[in-house]
Amino acid sequence: MPKPAGTPKIAVRGLRKSFGRKVVLDGLDLEIGAGESLVVIGGSGTGKSVLAKCIIGLMQADGGSIKIDGEEMVGRSAGERERVMRKFGMLFQGAALFDSLPVWENVAFGLIQGRNVARAEAKATALDKLAQVGLGPEVGELRPSELSGGMQKRVALARAICAEPEIIIFDEPTTGLDPIMADVINHLIVACVRQLGATALSITHDMVSARKIADRIAMIYKGRIIWSGPAAEIDHSGNPFVEQFIHARAEGPIQMEVRAT
Amino acid sequence: MPIHGFLASIGAVFLNGLAASGRMALFTLAALSHCARPPIYLRLIGRQMIDIGYYSLPVVGLTALFTGMVLALQTYTGFSSFAAENAVPTVVVLSVTRELGPVIAGLMFAGRIGAAIAAELGTMRVTDQIDALTTLSTNPYKYLVVPRVFAGTVTLPMLVFIADIIGVFGGFLVGGYKLRFNPAAYIQRTADFLQTNDVTAGLVKAGVFGFVVALMGCYFGYNSKGGAEGVGAATTYAVVSASILILLLDYVLTALLFVGR
Repeated sequence: MPKPAGTPKIAVRGLRKSFGRKVVLDGLDLEIGAGESLVVIGGSGTGKSVLAKCIIGLMQADGGSIKIDGEEMVGRSAGERERVMRKFGMLFQGAALFDSLPVWENVAFGLIQGRNVARAEAKATALDKLAQVGLGPEVGELRPSELSGGMQKRVALARAICAEPEIIIFDEPTTGLDPIMADVINHLIVACVRQLGATALSITHDMVSARKIADRIAMIYKGRIIWSGPAAEIDHSGNPFVEQFIHARAEGPIQMEVRAT
Repeated sequence: MPIHGFLASIGAVFLNGLAASGRMALFTLAALSHCARPPIYLRLIGRQMIDIGYYSLPVVGLTALFTGMVLALQTYTGFSSFAAENAVPTVVVLSVTRELGPVIAGLMFAGRIGAAIAAELGTMRVTDQIDALTTLSTNPYKYLVVPRVFAGTVTLPMLVFIADIIGVFGGFLVGGYKLRFNPAAYIQRTADFLQTNDVTAGLVKAGVFGFVVALMGCYFGYNSKGGAEGVGAATTYAVVSASILILLLDYVLTALLFVGR
């Protein structure tokens, strides 16, 4: 289906998701343009990861609309979504590397299993991607358990970009890393996204990371986007929720949730 | 009203039981439907057959050997009181092939394989590895569940066939060396009363038990949540439910395969 001009890459309208009586997404609206890097910030348990999982199809939304290149995803079967989902790559918070496979096969996994690329060709591509994130070919033969947290994140980034996706989702890319390694990962994310010309959706509560990665920042609170704007304007948002969050103040309008969602 | 609370709690347990049965039935149908549709990962099936089948051989073989030996001793002790010692070889071979081979191998299989599958898939679930498979255009049912269920269903009958031979041999060792049977006469009496159907019915039972063990491991591992505690609980549920189902199905299959034959 031809893509209408001006159609956002990702358009979310009135998205709802609950777990039992706990409402996590409460009519959330969000748009991301093609080639744009949007960072969603917000406290723990505000629904950031649930939003990302609904967009990529790992969770079924209860209601609302998610359109990828104008194609509706909500309410479609897994088989129907599969073609569109091939546009996505994802970096998980904990890297989520497969323990049973060597590093190169982790990186090449989407090519070998998902796209039937020959193993030798996929391995060459994987080693290229590892080099792109600063890892030598010797790392390719190691197991994920032999890598540090920072190296695992680099491998996960290489895996996310290996099939050259149009949309990449980064879920807490710098959580658990020291500030220097976090900056390395941020730099790599910016470089990889620019090189691919991909659309990026990042989920984080790390403001240093958000400022570095984002073209635009949106803040989620109680299942809705309460502010969004260019990254450069985050310090002048005029929104008390955003002010409290970016200055990491305990006092303010945001009440911390005690229970996890 | 206390009686209302009591009835509500009974109703809740009943409804939860029905919901769990429904989820398990849907999981089983999904696993079976994916068994019949490409892509089929032959390399993974081969690896699972080695992990599940070949590496279970020592534990199943040892169990069968001692089962046959104990059975010969116990039968001799009981039957000698009414001068029926000659029935020992027949009792051993029929008990092992029809009943003890499949059931004891099945229970050992549940302890070794059901637990291993649940722990592996459970860990993959709580570390987002199963979600990562989906984002890499790979169906987790096809990649994780189908190879394990297929390997479990195919390899347990092979193991039980070997266990039958080892169990009968265990009885022969005790009969020949401790109970002073004539070895040739022992073998003759073993062969006289054994019919092909005794062995094949035992192997049919083993196929069903292998399917149940692998399926329970996959179901509880795939749906585990809550970190290390959740993986531990999944492993326990997988082993306990598979063991109970083996004993329950053993009765049903015995009634179908042997009674009225």
